[in-house]
Amino acid sequence: MYILGISAYYHDSAAALIDQGVCVAAAQEERFTRIKNDKVFPHHAIRYCLLEAGIKLSDLSAIVFYDKPFLKFERLLETYYHTAPSGWRSFLNAMPVWSKEKLFFKNLLKRSLKKIDYSPFKHVPLLFPEHHLSHAASAFYPSSFKQAAILTIDGVGEWATASICLGSDSGIKVLKELHFPHSIGLLYSAFTRFLGFRVNHGEYKLMGLAPYGHKASKQVEHFKNIIKDKLLTIYADGSVFMHQAYFNYRSGKSMISNKKWTILFGFKQRNASELIEQCHANLALAIQEITEEIILKLVKTATRLSESRNLCMAGGVALNCVANGKILKSGLIDQLYVQAAAGDAGGALGAALAGYHIYFNQARLATKPLNQVYLGPEYDNHSIRETLMQSGLVFQYLNQDDLYKKSAEILADKKVLAWFQGRMEWGPRALGNRSILADARHPAMAQHINQNVKFRESFRPFAPAILLQQVNQYFDLQQASPYMNIVAGLKENKRNILPGDFQDLPLKNRLNFDKCEISAAVHVDFSARIQTVSAQDNPRFYQLLLRFFELTQCPVLMNTSFNVKQKPIVNTPQDAIDVFKSTGIDYLVLGNYFVTKALH
Amino acid sequence: MGFWKDFWQFTKERKKWWLFPIILILIIIGFVIVFAANSALSPFIYSLF
Repeated sequence: MYILGISAYYHDSAAALIDQGVCVAAAQEERFTRIKNDKVFPHHAIRYCLLEAGIKLSDLSAIVFYDKPFLKFERLLETYYHTAPSGWRSFLNAMPVWSKEKLFFKNLLKRSLKKIDYSPFKHVPLLFPEHHLSHAASAFYPSSFKQAAILTIDGVGEWATASICLGSDSGIKVLKELHFPHSIGLLYSAFTRFLGFRVNHGEYKLMGLAPYGHKASKQVEHFKNIIKDKLLTIYADGSVFMHQAYFNYRSGKSMISNKKWTILFGFKQRNASELIEQCHANLALAIQEITEEIILKLVKTATRLSESRNLCMAGGVALNCVANGKILKSGLIDQLYVQAAAGDAGGALGAALAGYHIYFNQARLATKPLNQVYLGPEYDNHSIRETLMQSGLVFQYLNQDDLYKKSAEILADKKVLAWFQGRMEWGPRALGNRSILADARHPAMAQHINQNVKFRESFRPFAPAILLQQVNQYFDLQQASPYMNIVAGLKENKRNILPGDFQDLPLKNRLNFDKCEISAAVHVDFSARIQTVSAQDNPRFYQLLLRFFELTQCPVLMNTSFNVKQKPIVNTPQDAIDVFKSTGIDYLVLGNYFVTKALH
Repeated sequence: MGFWKDFWQFTKERKKWWLFPIILILIIIGFVIVFAANSALSPFIYSLF
């Protein structure tokens, strides 16, 4: 029984195909169109999923879209009514699209699907689970828990902005919901905008900026007090009431009331090109800490209502891996599962799984498949060679053993290596199949890659990939983190003593400071977004890490996504070659081919 | 017809009867927009406005 899940038209369009409850293919549309966070109908991703399984649309048992368009429309109309007349401009922009297309969503979906293949699919039911049910399903069904609390938090779906559910066997029961306009995701996005980053895109930059804030400083405390006094009320169960006089997302395009925020915080909204100052970092820290406080309260409520100490999380806010680390450390739960694509893209997988387990009432598998993340397209050595022949690059075929050996030596020699293997990752993180790797022991490596490879802001940190069996030697992490979505601190005995004026250094100097043995993969507060790598998770990446460990006694490599600023992660060998040629990456490994830039 | 059936079920389930006239007006507007975009009819409709 094949079921296709689709998410589209908001951000991060994606498709996922499941067979008997197991995901066989999943990909985000951005990887094909090369437009980051692309929201168009995922033609390419669907085509890929069907091709991977060797089926047509007519072979599907159901097509499931990740939210309910009518319910979303109801929310829009009620919101315009409540905010009238201030939202008239937004109303006039939105309504023609709704009255022409979105109201007739089934037809729109059918028309779009017809472009994919011409097989008749009239008999295939179109299903529409609620947005947060899709998220909940994406988190619970792939987990290994028989019973678990499910917490979903994002900007907004139809009405719900957060939900607490109980997952039990093959059923999901909604226990509690928080409704629009009160939204933890939108609160975080409002600060993202105020600090000069793009909404739905720059939230992880805000999270990366927060550790530069002066912890327990007067300004951070002052900001936190303002947020709690003026912007929102936080209740004991983790629900929030956002005071709408300070926000503008219900009726306008800007998230906030600029004038009021300027008066509140004492500085203007930062422009994207403006220098980041300490006050920006302090505000980022304040909102990050408040978000963590709210999430911990929600977790407490979720475990109480569900009577389970297993927790599954999804929704955009579940990508806040710093908060995830705090949840794990809090002792409120025993185990945490955050699906690799926790954001809206993952809604496609959740929709398909909800269709299978809830609509078709199918039982869950007793054992979970190992591969839940390497679900994208794969390119064999033959097609890689064909592409390389046209590239003008120098390349040589190496057997597996020589490939690991040479790559490890290159990395130990302070060179930057792009590593392209097997199936592309599902979700926002590169987990060793479309990765840029470097030796984390060189403090200057972070700055080098930010400036010369990724062309992005100098304050942005990098993540470590570490051999699973070594993780407890380096980090305070209680469970594996194969999807790089949990942050933990470096062990005390691995930290260097920092100078007294460390907090006063410019942002990039703090990042590049020789803080520890693996400085380039650890943030300024000694935290790290960890990817644990085992032979089961990713055999090739594991072998490379192992060789590097044997050569250097360091089980860690710096792992960042194989892309440049504002572009999605590479998909094809050609995408990889294009990035390789245009950046400061020293060497490229494509399958079994070792590629250098020196021309013939 | 499929649309009206779905919409009827939705309003019945949600008890949001007030949505009916709004949707009707929006669909009429949508109808005008679609016809206004049609090259044969557009000069005539344009002249009305």
